[in-house]
Amino acid sequence: MAEMMYWQAILRAHDEELARDPLVFAMGEDIGVAGGTYKATSGLYAKYGPERVIDTPISENSYTGIGIGAAMLGCRPIVEIMSVNFAWLAMDQLMNNAAKIHYMSGGKIRCPFVMRVPGGTAHQLGAQHSARMEKVFMGISGLRVVTPATPRDAYGLLKSAVRSDDPVVLIEHESMYNLKGEVPDEEFFTPLEGVKVMRPGRDLSIFAYNISVHWALQAAERLAKEGVEAEVIDLRALKPLDRAGIAASVRKTHRALIVEEDEAPVGVGAEVMALINEDAFFELDAAPVRVHAKDVPIPYNRRLEKAAIPNADDVVAAAKKLLGK
Amino acid sequence: MEASDRKRLLREMLFARRFEERCAQAYQEREIGGFLHLYPGQEACAIGVLEKARKGQDYVVTGYRDHIHAIQCGADPKEVMAELYGKETGSSRGRGGSMHIYDVDHHFMGGYALVGGPFPLAAGFAKAIKLRGGDEIAICFLGDGANNQGTFHETMNMASLWKLPVLFVCENNLYGIGTAIERASSEINQYLRVAPYKIAASQVDGQDIDVVMAEAEKAITHVREKREPYFLELMTYRLRGHSMSDSGAYRSKEEVEQWAQRDPIGIYKKRLEAAGIIDAAAFQAMDEEILEQIENEIVRFALESPEPRVEDLERYVYVAEGA
Repeated sequence: MAEMMYWQAILRAHDEELARDPLVFAMGEDIGVAGGTYKATSGLYAKYGPERVIDTPISENSYTGIGIGAAMLGCRPIVEIMSVNFAWLAMDQLMNNAAKIHYMSGGKIRCPFVMRVPGGTAHQLGAQHSARMEKVFMGISGLRVVTPATPRDAYGLLKSAVRSDDPVVLIEHESMYNLKGEVPDEEFFTPLEGVKVMRPGRDLSIFAYNISVHWALQAAERLAKEGVEAEVIDLRALKPLDRAGIAASVRKTHRALIVEEDEAPVGVGAEVMALINEDAFFELDAAPVRVHAKDVPIPYNRRLEKAAIPNADDVVAAAKKLLGK
Repeated sequence: MEASDRKRLLREMLFARRFEERCAQAYQEREIGGFLHLYPGQEACAIGVLEKARKGQDYVVTGYRDHIHAIQCGADPKEVMAELYGKETGSSRGRGGSMHIYDVDHHFMGGYALVGGPFPLAAGFAKAIKLRGGDEIAICFLGDGANNQGTFHETMNMASLWKLPVLFVCENNLYGIGTAIERASSEINQYLRVAPYKIAASQVDGQDIDVVMAEAEKAITHVREKREPYFLELMTYRLRGHSMSDSGAYRSKEEVEQWAQRDPIGIYKKRLEAAGIIDAAAFQAMDEEILEQIENEIVRFALESPEPRVEDLERYVYVAEGA
């Protein structure tokens, strides 16, 4: 078991898949010669050449479409979008083509297409570089959406995404590329469906994903010092959501808190609450609570930015409120 | 070209015309729903170009006016009609409809409703061909209206930059729905618009199938041998509306009548008559035989086919495990 950074785990998954299958290729802005904005494809250009590690012009919608077209003929492209905000430009190809081709061809065409996007807010990048688009991706029929919170999952989910016959969006995080964690040395695959229990507990369930898993874990640590045992669930797959896994945790703890980096109207929090209502309403001892970003374009100013995005303090406060403390 | 082949081409154009007219009838009878975009007037384009392609090998994609492109690639017209009727036997099992015909076995990779959406898909097919190392090419048929989308410029740039073996066929019918080309495009000659991307291009009459075939042969040879893109503009005209819900208010009766004089079927029929390949009686017999086939084989198949089962509504959202 080696410790590696999130970006290194992504790089390893790329390298293994490119080495294994000549129809796997990677494309995106600056991923080749420059090695990728977050180094996640560094060294691959020299190893696999310009036909398989492709530096694209700044044309998100069409290089996404080129990846989709290649996938329709059996290639397995891994398309990197430099910043999740730029994925808005690729939404036409992603949602109108990738997500729908298998269905609207009556199952006759497969689209094993992978899009990697660094989602989330980093540090003072302003409104046009701080988008969180999970609510958009998870609302599109036909897509799979996964969000690795650890280097281990960054590797395992990308491996599974490349092998999947469905289009998969991987939402990474700009602030997590240097996050360290243990990754097993042998090859493994993380399932594209299902929640993961990050920390078992009995008093409340904290549902989180991507960076908010770390806020939830920090909060659980602090709550434990006050005698509260929080169960932290990494949703990990946002589409399809594991409703059985969510309900199972609620049946155990009878209290639910959802933490999302995205702003609240429409999103992970709202969806998980709806599922809890539908599947486990009578198991609840209190109304579910959500912690989320403020409904504002993310401001540049450091203080304002910090105020817009939730953190572990907010999770602790919400948990206490939920427990009536 | 052999006389028998020329006769076959005339039949294919006439079949395309009658097929689409029958679709219009079924639409008016409410047997076909949704939007319906028909091909009359443009037959020489798809039929002429695909005559020079390797059918079943080259990968073809187009927009929503797609029935005839699918059939010319080898799709069974019965399955295309069944798709329009929304049946389980349809080419997309009733899930696609008129704008989304597919025939993967014959490498017809679909019709798409977003104008300009297929440009990058076609370049992607070419990318896949290149990685696999075959000598097939990708062929993308779209209208002039699509050239005002960003995907046109982005894809032309990358197709040229990366030397992708893709033929772009622009069927310039002079209107983007109801907006005349001179009101939508600062450059009316579409083939000139790819010059900055250093893509070889030409513009020819799209109503004369002999002209189309001659130019398509050159274009396809260019793409296949040089392994780089080509842009072929065919000047054509739709004799019907953009879709079945077209008021026609944007163009004059005189203009339509003038173009009807240059009906591709009329032009070719006259030529074959002059060459002694067909006469009025033989043409009449051909027409009757087509109408009979459409009615008794094709429409009957569509009518008698089962609808998809509601229990299967959620099939094909994802690829089934083990499928």
